[in-house]
Amino acid sequence: MIERSHHDMGGQPAGKVKRSEHAYDEWELRVDAMMMLLMGVTGMDKRMTVDELRKNIEALPPADYDKMGYYDRWVISLTQTMIQRGVFTTDDLARKLADVERRSPRSRGERRPKTKARAQAARKRAGAGTR
Amino acid sequence: MTTSTGPLFRIGDRVRVRKAAPLGHVRTPYYIRGHAGVVERICGAFPNPEELAQQRDGLPAQPLYRVRFRQREVWPGYRGSPNDVIELEIFQHWIET
Amino acid sequence: MTARATKAPRGAQRSGRYEPYSYFQLMEVSLRELLVEKGVVSEDAIAGAMAAMRARGPERGAAMVARAWLDPTYKSRMLANGSAAAEELGFEVPGLRLIVMENTPSTHNVIVCTLCSCYPRMLLGLPPEWYKSRPYRSRVVREPRKVLAEFGLKVPSKVAIRVHDSNADMRYMVLPMRPAGTDGWNEPQLAGLVTRDCLIGVAVPRLPASRGSPKPAKALKSPKFRNPRKS
Repeated sequence: MIERSHHDMGGQPAGKVKRSEHAYDEWELRVDAMMMLLMGVTGMDKRMTVDELRKNIEALPPADYDKMGYYDRWVISLTQTMIQRGVFTTDDLARKLADVERRSPRSRGERRPKTKARAQAARKRAGAGTR
Repeated sequence: MTTSTGPLFRIGDRVRVRKAAPLGHVRTPYYIRGHAGVVERICGAFPNPEELAQQRDGLPAQPLYRVRFRQREVWPGYRGSPNDVIELEIFQHWIET
Repeated sequence: MTARATKAPRGAQRSGRYEPYSYFQLMEVSLRELLVEKGVVSEDAIAGAMAAMRARGPERGAAMVARAWLDPTYKSRMLANGSAAAEELGFEVPGLRLIVMENTPSTHNVIVCTLCSCYPRMLLGLPPEWYKSRPYRSRVVREPRKVLAEFGLKVPSKVAIRVHDSNADMRYMVLPMRPAGTDGWNEPQLAGLVTRDCLIGVAVPRLPASRGSPKPAKALKSPKFRNPRKS
């Protein structure tokens, strides 16, 4: 029985606060924007509530919750909510993901290759060739 | 937003948060459940987020209170001023009656 | 990297280096394209919402604080209804229910959301990364003095700390105390002292190290946005 949900972390032991500032990537801002629109903040038809987003984030497996970035969690939960709400289906998403992936190779390794060599290896794996 | 009943508690009332560990989406943090504090203000009435999370309308709206707790009563071995407090928003249905 | 759904995306350009999409970036493209195809959102609406968020920042909260320091009636209104006080200064804050908490010589306020990252975004823009992190969310409710000390803020033991966990529908901002040595300063000069961290409660406004006449209002810490041309 899980009494305390993983996200419900008030009072739990943790390390020092890393005072990091994050420069938001465009894709993260787009996720945020889509959330604002779908919640009806701008006056658009409300398609979901923030409570559904939170519920889906809270349902993420704890290890994933910890490893994922903030907007990683948002984009997964937002997409889940759209499926739950019937805006599109799982099959719609599967086909779209495959389509997008065909158009843009996905990294299997690190999101941001740290060295030129690793970046080249990632591109090679993805079939894009080296530069 | 109208509710089925008006708020049960007033500013200054001593209230205790229910101790429960249900499933679903809950906005009453685990660390405060079972603890007692004083109503600092009444925020109004809001649809129940537990229900909104399940695509239901969360009505009737529930009175929401800001409740002030003494830190040394919440955390065993709390170091800091005895006047240190923590304040949370507690929905009426999470308050023991 | 621009948000053109029709152009085949090859991955994100960053500093001239090709970086393949992560699973999550792929998901964002897929989600956006599906929503646009289904007629739920438009690319223009997304761009508009992004621009609106970019326009929000802590300077708006700082403006409210400076006004409150100079005008006691505004301060009373702000403490009674934070959202209305924001709107009074021309800041549109749809859906925001803002409570402003006043620091006094005997009380220091600090804000957190232990359950996720609730923050008065509609007024102040996006919160800093550390505010959303596990260490801050876990520890500031339990050992606020230690956490504030790690931020470089030592709160004397005779000053009580009020921690506010934004766990439901209200959102919070701190009204810091006006520092000494600011007599005669005008509103923009005063606002220049109020950083985002002061509004969260992990810092207090401090005069610049050099004495003498007040410096012109300088840019406050706003969330940094990557140059749109670069990604």
